[in-house]
Amino acid sequence: MRSIRGRLIFIFLLLGASIAALIPRNVTQRTQDPQTGRMRDTSVRQVPINLGLDLQGGIHLALEVDQSKGAVADCADAIQRAQRVVRTRVDEFGTTEPVVQIVGQCRLVVELAGEKDPARAVSIVQRTAFLEFRITDMKNQFRDALPGIDRALRVAGVKAPSGAQVSAVTQLFGADTSKKGADTTKKKSATPAPDTAESNAPGALSALLFQGGLPGEFLVPDEQVARAESLLARPEVTAAIPRGFDLKWGTESESRQARLYRPLYVVEDKPIITGEELTKAAAKRDQLNNHSVVVFDLTRRGSRKFCDETGRHVHDYMAIILDNRVQGQPPIINDQICGTGQIDLQNKALTEAQDLALVLRAGALPAPLQIVEERTIGPSLGADSIHDGIKAGIVGVALVILIMVGYYRLSGALAVASLTLYLLLTLAGLSVFGFTLTLPGLAGLVLSVGIAVDANVLIFERIREELQHGKTVRLAVDEGFTHAMSAIIDSNVSTALTAFILYLVGTGPVQGFAITLIIGIIASMITAIFVVRTFYMIWLRRRPDMQTLSV
Amino acid sequence: MIRLFANANYDFIKWRRYAYGLTALIIIPGLVLLAVKGLNYSIEFTGGTFIQIETRQPVQTAELRADLDAAGIPGAEIQSFGSDTSYSIRARLGAHATTPGGGTEETVAAVGRALDQKLGHDNYRIEKREAVGPKVGKELQGKALLAIFFSFFVTLAYLAYRFEWRFGLAAVLATFHDILTTIAFIRYTNLEVSLVVVGAVLTMVGYSLNDTIIIFDRVRENLRKFRRTNLYEILNLSINETLPRSILTHGTTMAATLALVIFGGEVIRPFALVMTFAIFTGTFSSIYIAAPVLLLIEKRWPGQDARGARAYAPREPMVTPVPAPAPSGGSGSSRSKAAV
Repeated sequence: MRSIRGRLIFIFLLLGASIAALIPRNVTQRTQDPQTGRMRDTSVRQVPINLGLDLQGGIHLALEVDQSKGAVADCADAIQRAQRVVRTRVDEFGTTEPVVQIVGQCRLVVELAGEKDPARAVSIVQRTAFLEFRITDMKNQFRDALPGIDRALRVAGVKAPSGAQVSAVTQLFGADTSKKGADTTKKKSATPAPDTAESNAPGALSALLFQGGLPGEFLVPDEQVARAESLLARPEVTAAIPRGFDLKWGTESESRQARLYRPLYVVEDKPIITGEELTKAAAKRDQLNNHSVVVFDLTRRGSRKFCDETGRHVHDYMAIILDNRVQGQPPIINDQICGTGQIDLQNKALTEAQDLALVLRAGALPAPLQIVEERTIGPSLGADSIHDGIKAGIVGVALVILIMVGYYRLSGALAVASLTLYLLLTLAGLSVFGFTLTLPGLAGLVLSVGIAVDANVLIFERIREELQHGKTVRLAVDEGFTHAMSAIIDSNVSTALTAFILYLVGTGPVQGFAITLIIGIIASMITAIFVVRTFYMIWLRRRPDMQTLSV
Repeated sequence: MIRLFANANYDFIKWRRYAYGLTALIIIPGLVLLAVKGLNYSIEFTGGTFIQIETRQPVQTAELRADLDAAGIPGAEIQSFGSDTSYSIRARLGAHATTPGGGTEETVAAVGRALDQKLGHDNYRIEKREAVGPKVGKELQGKALLAIFFSFFVTLAYLAYRFEWRFGLAAVLATFHDILTTIAFIRYTNLEVSLVVVGAVLTMVGYSLNDTIIIFDRVRENLRKFRRTNLYEILNLSINETLPRSILTHGTTMAATLALVIFGGEVIRPFALVMTFAIFTGTFSSIYIAAPVLLLIEKRWPGQDARGARAYAPREPMVTPVPAPAPSGGSGSSRSKAAV
């Protein structure tokens, strides 16, 4: 009695968990705005199962370092630089979660779900990396121009979102700023709070910008980035940006007070030096103070130039910009730098220094990439595949139900009931472990429904045999389950083993097939053995004196 | 209550020589054809370009072919893909089907230009485009072979662990037979061998082995149960006892694969066809290859009780338990076919 209750609770927990794992939820999708052509994040409700590129459409690229114009000595390092560069460009792709992965030693795999134009994707990936160092807006000229920009926007009819702060630039992190100010002993501009009295309405742009920790740094809440971007692209704004300055976004959002902010930097429009002048960059740990540092070397021409520029900009901040994105927080120039420089990352992890060194090297030695494999699947083809797969699945499952119920009657119906749980479990397994459902995977799912009932068939046949030998119903059921067990385990293990090898050796779609098969096997063992057994137990308890069994 | 082949008592093993002949009839011409013509590998393995387009109006393949020839991609294969507005274009590396530049990217671009010229840029849509360089193709070939060998090896190890080596060897030979017949089948039907088809072959290996294991499991059990019966009888008995299960499981699996063949779409059809064939060959080999081969092995290298060695001894009446009348009453008895 208690064991039946325990089993039922377990089954319902399993059922509940599977359904919970499959409830549609909001997923952010990055789509291209048809008017502005910019990327926009939108929220869509969908069942949380990763679909492979062959089902949702998209582009798969495999790239290697192009050695046709001269051998590259260390292709592993070159491909790492390439990966770093492609990562900074992910925003340009039309996809929320692009895969930029090194496979094996020297191959980069880029997967862009939903992207339609292979030519565009290829050109983004293959574009040569460009690294530059630029000084930030040390005199806060942009900030001082903000009220003017807001006015221009108001004239153009752009209103600030309701409920925005009145102040032109909110000093969100006041304490933080003053501390940083103390660090930079001789800060060039004593930043007075801007006069906010004259702007009686919140500014359209300034409401989105929060002053960051250093001059020329602003922070934009993540959800406002798209809006800020579109405002900054307006002609009224570009005309009003102080002469000699550009705006560049940072690469990664940072979290402050439980909110994510994307940094925006105002930098001089002329670089003090570009990646061409760099020769080497390496991360290391400073023995004296245990700081993470990046050491870089410059060419002879570069060091002359850098010597001049850093001499003029001591105690200014220098943004490191790779492909128009500011990498990390701009370091301060402490002294004139000639020949060899060192960027001190203070107490940050060594991995961050290694990443920065990689950025510098990527700019210094752009790795030319060659496409060794390309697959593009149009979105309508993917939709067709899903449609066909579901149709085949429904027909297949219907036939299996027909056979099982027709042949085994009530017992068959129990097996079919457990089959429902089986399907839910398999899909939930894919969702929970984050595996990807591919087209062959969909076929594997349909196929596995046919195979999944095998365990039930083995058990039912065994029960029939035992009944035939004159055993009582209760005994026949018990013996049927025990005797069928070794055959079930043997056969499932052999299938799982081949599927596992397929997973190890196969590529994306085939791996999807192997995964579906493996999860399906595990799920079918649970449902066929445990769930159907429980059903029998309940049935036998209800009718303990049962003489015949519908099997 | 429906009961299929319940209490069947066919002498399967008796027909083994005919079965050998039948399977040789399938395998040998298939392998000869394979040696002569090779397999129809997909561009994943050969390297090359595959483009699937959807046109607004039906197009003649001959016209498309002429245009591609003119564009400098001679020998590209053009096939209708499901409907007369859907076409696939294949240009394999190594064959003559690439542009003089030889690169896959150039081929893609050249095909694009030819199509733009022929159909107009807005009158067709690229549904799928694959370009695989020669290096990746070679790697995939290697990986596919590795997968087949590996799976063979691992299943062998598993069988060695679960069964005595005589059983394991018989099962492996049966599986090997299945791989040969499947390759012959792929050759006869000229199916394109892609990674997915290799996946189907591997799944077939698992499925067929599974079937053999079910029968051998019963053989092992019956060997323990009927101490005095010879192996010939035990094998027949075990096959007959597991027959209803085989019919049912193959029936449901077949329902699933046929649904995939008919409704699953062009991309999955080769996979589904191979799996459908696998059900036949797997069932056949479990009964007619695995069991007789086990008999041969036991005869040659007898096991402990040397029942295999007595396998060809005059048959004694079968010592099977007399079934009690089935409780539900409907047991269709085929006892009349009992051993002679």
